[in-house]
Amino acid sequence: MAGAKEIRTKIKSVKSTQKITKAMEKVAASKLRRTQQRMAAARPYAEGIRQVVGHLFQAKPDYKHPFLVTRDVRRVGYIVMSTDRGLCGGLNVNEFRKLVGELRQWGDKGIEVDLCLLGSKAVQFFRRVQVNVVAATTNLHENPKIADLIGAITVMLDAYKEGRIDRLYLVYNNFINTMSQKVDFQQLLPVEAIDGDVLPQNWDYLYEPGPNELLDDILTRYVESQVYRGVVENVACEMAAKMVAMKAATDNAGKLIEKLQLEYNKARQAAITREISEIVGGAAAIQG
Amino acid sequence: MSTIHVEIVSVEGHIYSGEASLVIAPARMGEVGIAPRHAPLVTTLRPGEVRVQRDGQDEHFFYVTGGILEVQPSQVMILADTALRAEQLDESAADEARKAAEEAVRGAAKEDLAHAQMQLVEAAARYRAAQKLKGKQK
Repeated sequence: MAGAKEIRTKIKSVKSTQKITKAMEKVAASKLRRTQQRMAAARPYAEGIRQVVGHLFQAKPDYKHPFLVTRDVRRVGYIVMSTDRGLCGGLNVNEFRKLVGELRQWGDKGIEVDLCLLGSKAVQFFRRVQVNVVAATTNLHENPKIADLIGAITVMLDAYKEGRIDRLYLVYNNFINTMSQKVDFQQLLPVEAIDGDVLPQNWDYLYEPGPNELLDDILTRYVESQVYRGVVENVACEMAAKMVAMKAATDNAGKLIEKLQLEYNKARQAAITREISEIVGGAAAIQG
Repeated sequence: MSTIHVEIVSVEGHIYSGEASLVIAPARMGEVGIAPRHAPLVTTLRPGEVRVQRDGQDEHFFYVTGGILEVQPSQVMILADTALRAEQLDESAADEARKAAEEAVRGAAKEDLAHAQMQLVEAAARYRAAQKLKGKQK
């Protein structure tokens, strides 16, 4: 029989673990709320730039920029979003598994892949897999800034412009609601047709400087805003998954404590019963 | 008095929205003033000040580090950058990301080696402990 004292120390340790997981759950919940606000804050820009790009397409439908031309695929690029920290359930693992499946498909077709990794979990994972990593950015934290992302994005955009990759995808977790997140593959380049609202008449913009340079700047920012949106969504997913994982851990700790308490009570009762029977036995021996 | 609708947004949030009689922005080719019914215009911005004026009201100032200015007959949209952008800056950031990737890959070898070494030491210790136990039993 396990000693009552040992069970008591075990209960104590489980209880303190439970306190930690509970605290982490609360922290994740409040961070999730803030991230959701950030998601809402990013929306006006995304809509604005979408509109501008849409208008540009309408005004200059025959204009061709490398970002708009579909080429034969010889090599593809992926920007992979992941979290910096763990303890968020299967969030990263699910994403990586899907991506590895995708990579295998490209491999079967004889197409090579370049990866751009955001977040240290992706870096840790793809270290063990034989892949070509061309850019990495870690330590984005809960409040990612576009400035932190520009470097990694520029690497991929340059690769596309120079013809080293012919497609660019973004892989991230799409925030559906607190309970469910979905891995999403979004095609960033070539930019798929965007329709803005139909313009009233056939007017054209004045371009300063020429439309050529402008489109380059605008499309670069368009891609960046898409990546930023993916990053923010991924952070929201991280917090939601962490919250759910920590809630499950807290519940499990509660169950474990209940079980241990029962065992402790039994052990204590057994000790008392034994003592009584010993006393009774002793008394009987003296009387006899 | 006619006015024009002004929207200033950045990737990280909404900055300003309201009516104005004149918007002055630092466009790439020089400062532009936009009054209602301005011709449609698209241009990029240099770092500088955006001023939103309205008769009889205080002038609003915004500092932008760059961005895109789009003018339609009835509205002005400024897509402001929050980060300082320049060709060289972007390139140096790109270099950093490239280096980080290289380090991540190189770090792999180092860390895996350390990990393997640790496992070896552990296995050796276990083996010695098992030998000792065996010796005792005999």
